[in-house]
Amino acid sequence: MNLKTKVTAGEGTQDLLITREFDLPVELVFKAYEIPDLFEQWMGTNVIKMESHPHGSYAFETIHDGQVVFHANGTIHEFVPNEKITRTFEMPGFPVQLEYLEFHKRSETTSTLTIHIIFKSVANRDQLLAMPFAYGLSMAHDRLEETLKNLPL
Amino acid sequence: MNLRRDVFQALADPTRRAILLMLTYQSMTAGAIAANFDTARPTVSRHIKILTECELLQPEQQGREIYYHINAVKIKEVADFIEPFRKLWDDRFNKLEEVMKNYQKQQNI
Repeated sequence: MNLKTKVTAGEGTQDLLITREFDLPVELVFKAYEIPDLFEQWMGTNVIKMESHPHGSYAFETIHDGQVVFHANGTIHEFVPNEKITRTFEMPGFPVQLEYLEFHKRSETTSTLTIHIIFKSVANRDQLLAMPFAYGLSMAHDRLEETLKNLPL
Repeated sequence: MNLRRDVFQALADPTRRAILLMLTYQSMTAGAIAANFDTARPTVSRHIKILTECELLQPEQQGREIYYHINAVKIKEVADFIEPFRKLWDDRFNKLEEVMKNYQKQQNI
């Protein structure tokens, strides 16, 4: 089975690798991360702040029924158009994680994005893996429920 | 949760992963498994014990011999551990693709 999105989590390690192959030129994938309006559309969250340059900061927030259901923020350390974004990522109540996003051109119309996430500890990583709804941002209620149901707990 | 952590610990070892891989093709006795490794027999036995304890392997008595085979249900459970997370990102990136294809069309007009 050739999956477009792959997640690799080595046992006993505190990192995680997400790889995605896109039927899009690398420039467009990068734009999806760079332009707040586009980012909001695919992530399904509101962009409160996005300073896309080294030492700039960002913040996202999702509001559902008047409640903040998701909030994340961080600092951008490296920002190289069409190549890479290095940033910290923080959600309230969770340890800060470090994220390396690398954008690779495969052809004029295809590209690969790899996201290497480093967590504070193995336990912290496994906890987040076990509860993807912590990242639940965009998910409507029914989808959240579906994910909860599918959890192998 | 502790049980699951034990499973991951069991899988963290390359020899134990090699044993599991070997047993995907056929069930084997401890002796036959150990014959495939340079490691001392008691070390291999210990690995088999750990894998059995966390239910990744199932021992089965056949006459005088004990054959070990893979517990497919448990293996699947471990593999599924990542699946909801993967699915979440897959959906999100599919959405990215859709949004950007629309954006591309608009730019071309």
